[in-house]
Formats: sequence, C-alpha cells, structure tokens
Amino acid sequence: MAKDIKIKIRNLSKSFGKKQVLDDVNLDLYKGESLVIIGGSGTGKSVLIKCIQGLLIPDSGSIEIDGVEIIGENTEVIDNMHSKMGMLFQGGALFDSLSVWENVAFDLIQNRGMNRKEAKIVAIKVLRQVGLGSDIADLYPSELSGGMQKRVGLARAVITKPEIIFFDEPTTGLDPIMADVINDLIIESAKDLGATTLTITHDMASARKIADKVAMLYKGKIIWYGTVKELDKTDNPYVKQFIKGSSKGPIKVEK
Amino acid sequence: MVTNLIVNFLRALGKPLINFLFSLGDLAFFVGKSIYHCFIPPFYFKLFFKQVLDIGFYSLPVVGLTTLFAGMVIALQTYSGFSGFKAESVIASVVLISVTRELAPVLSALMVAGRIGAAMAAEIGTMRVTEQIDALVTLSTNPFKYLVAPRLWAGIIVLPVLVFIGDIIGIFGGYIVGVYKLGFNPANYITSTFQDLQMIGIVSGLVKAGVFGFIISLMGCYHGYKSKGGAQGVGNATTNAVVSSSILILIFNYLITEMFFSR
Repeated sequence: MAKDIKIKIRNLSKSFGKKQVLDDVNLDLYKGESLVIIGGSGTGKSVLIKCIQGLLIPDSGSIEIDGVEIIGENTEVIDNMHSKMGMLFQGGALFDSLSVWENVAFDLIQNRGMNRKEAKIVAIKVLRQVGLGSDIADLYPSELSGGMQKRVGLARAVITKPEIIFFDEPTTGLDPIMADVINDLIIESAKDLGATTLTITHDMASARKIADKVAMLYKGKIIWYGTVKELDKTDNPYVKQFIKGSSKGPIKVEK
Repeated sequence: MVTNLIVNFLRALGKPLINFLFSLGDLAFFVGKSIYHCFIPPFYFKLFFKQVLDIGFYSLPVVGLTTLFAGMVIALQTYSGFSGFKAESVIASVVLISVTRELAPVLSALMVAGRIGAAMAAEIGTMRVTEQIDALVTLSTNPFKYLVAPRLWAGIIVLPVLVFIGDIIGIFGGYIVGVYKLGFNPANYITSTFQDLQMIGIVSGLVKAGVFGFIISLMGCYHGYKSKGGAQGVGNATTNAVVSSSILILIFNYLITEMFFSR
C-alpha cells in the first residue's frame, strides 16, 4: 500500500467554554486507507470530523489535506477542499425541501453546472448503485425509511467521486441487517472510487468490517491506534473495555 | 461577608451584560456576512422567487384584511372624535395619512413577522439541528448565499409592494365606512383624498416597509441559523425571531419617522 499521507492532523485542540473536547490530537490518514475512529458518545469524534471539514474552527493545531494546510485558510481554499470530499451524515441530513434525486444531484447542479436532465440520469444511476430503484427518485426524504435515507445520503456523498469520504456513525439507528448492507455499500463505494475514508462509530461490528486502521478517542485524546487484528490482541484496558462493551473498567460514564 | 455580597451582586449583573454584548457582536458579525453575500455571486434566483411567493403572494390575504379594517376603524374613530368639524375632508385625509405613513407599513410588517419570520426561523433552525446546513457546506455551497441572501432580498423587495397594496386597500376601507356608513358623497371623499395625497407620506411608508422586510428576514434567518438543541431549540428560535423582529420594527418605525418628518 502506498504510504502517502492524505490527511495529517497535528496537535489539534478544541474546547467549548471550559470543556476540552479535543486535546492535542495527532493522527495520520494514509491514501486509500479506511480509518475508523471509535469512542463513546461525547468523546469528541464528531468535533474532530467537523474540524477536518472546516465546519468548526479548532483552537490550535494543524490539519493538512494533500499537504495543504486548511486551518486559518480563506473560504476559497476550503470550498476547493470540499469538492474533494463527501460526507454521510448521521441522520442523513437530506434537504427536505428537495426531492430524492435533487438531493443526490445537488452538487452536480449547483456547483458543476450540469443541466437538470443529465443530472437526474446520473443521480438515478448512483441511486441504483446503492440499491435503490428509480421509483423513489421523485419522492421526498420524509417519505423514506431511515435505512433508505442513509442510502440516499451515501449516494449524495459519492456522486462527485470524492477522494475522501467521511462517515458519521453510518450504522447508528439501523437494524443489524440494514447496518450490514450499509457496511457493504461503504466498502464497495470506497473500493470503486479508491477513496480514503474516515468513519466514526461506536458500532464494533461495523468497525471491524470496514476498518483498515482503528483509532480510539477518549476524553479528547487518541489513546490507541492500530490495525483491526491488533485490536483483539491489545491489552490496553480502555480499548478492551470498549470492545467488550462492559460498564466495568477504566472508562467511567460521566454522570 | 459584605464583599461577598457585592461580588455576587456584580456577578449577577455582569454575566447577563457580557452575554448581551457577546450576542450583539455575534449578530453584527452575522449581519455583515449576510450583506456581503447578498452581493457576491452565485445568486440563487429560483430560491429568491420561491421566497417572493411565500413572503409576498401568500401574505396578501392577511395584509389585505389587516389594512382594510385598520382603514375602516380610523374612519369611524375620526368621525366620532371630529364630528362638527368639516368631517368629510378631515376623515379622508386622516385615513390617508395614518394608513400610508403608519398603519399599513407597521401592521403589515407585524403580521408578516408573525407569519414569515416564524416560518423562516423554524425552517432554518430545523436545517441546523438536523445538520442540513453542515451538509450544504460539505457540498461546497455557502449557506449564507443559499439560505440567507434570497430571503433578505425577497424581504426587502416584497414588503414595499405588499405595503403599497395595503395602502390602497386601507384607503378603500376608509372610503367604505365614509360613504356607506356615514353617508358622505363618494365624489367629494375621493377628491379630498387625492387633494391631500403627498409623495413624502407614501415614500416614507414604503421605505419603512423595505427596512421592516430586511428586519423580518434577518431575524428569521439569524435565530434559525443559531438555534441548537433539537425541537426545543427550534421552538425558542421561532419565538425569538418573532419577538425581536416585532420590537425592532417598532423601534425603527420611530427612527425612520424621525428621519423623514422631524424638522
């Protein structure tokens, strides 16, 4: 595997008021690799992903994408960066004022100047790739089930063939079978595009399935990093507790 | 003990003050950004026209009824207050002045604030809490250009049109009461209305309408954009949008009146 670094995070810190959410995070994401960040709720996973996308501005530190620093850059550089990225949001975050195909084709129509007719054809093709028929293209997101919304969200994330795809808890709220369908789709689309992916999840079945590398975030720090195989052999008590899903161990649930 | 008391007192005083200044700065930043993006392409014309339809066309019944009854009640009150004077011409001109300068712009704006400001805050607020605004950003679309600018433009342009229609309907309301209830001569009533017609009255009313339209859209977008914390947050955003835009409308109504009419 090529060892080009796609995303390089150094000394990243972010706090909200007195709460330190990210505390000196260092992380490398290699090209074409699938990194899964695991960790409990409220450990800063979402904040980390939002910092990389420029949705939140960190207090200090550096994030380089393809060797270009994005912290403190103007919107033009960040917009440019976004055209390389796709993101599947936790709740799908589909625009409920637009129909399914308009959601999927949003970037093509708004930013890449494709006409609506062509864009609809492309959108339906991508919808088929995620296992959805053309009959739902004209429905609105509120008429779809949770699993279908996730798949539409995935279609929207991959339609521009991004180099980096982010998945924010892709399987949360889905039944185990649908979760596995989504996992397969994630692996498939990442492989098709040769994309680098960053997933945050607390679903260990999903993590094992899609990850090349796993990092664990706890109290704003990366406390463990390694491959899936190493995950099962580690004697790191935090990781062990998290994998087992036990309430007893060094990780205390904040009251 | 005493110093403790003083410190606590100052703390109780200082915290809201700091919060207030903080949100004022936040708002100023939001306004600056919004106005900047109103003039920088890309422009989303389709979204603009959708807002024009929402703010303008669908508000017509509400604005029409409001100004109609406002004109009618002014005619009636003026008659009971000024009877014995040259009632006919007085009523026509009082209706004209009060409707075009004050009632049509202020009442229409307050009605639209309740209708549209709330809807904007709820829509944008829901988009915020369901991460749709974040999704816009990741799809290389600036939410200020996509969401805020079309609403601001529509508010500024549509409200004067609405108020102009409201002017006509309000004056017509006065005419109805004057002619059909109080038995004035229709021709005389119309003549005296046109005699007193002043440009400055109409124009000041329309300028007010433009400013109010800006305030309504701005408050709707601002409170929606900044909302957080699920359904309750969106609910708060809606309330705040309506309350703050209503108060700002009344404050700016005075300031603009002062600008036009004080010598």
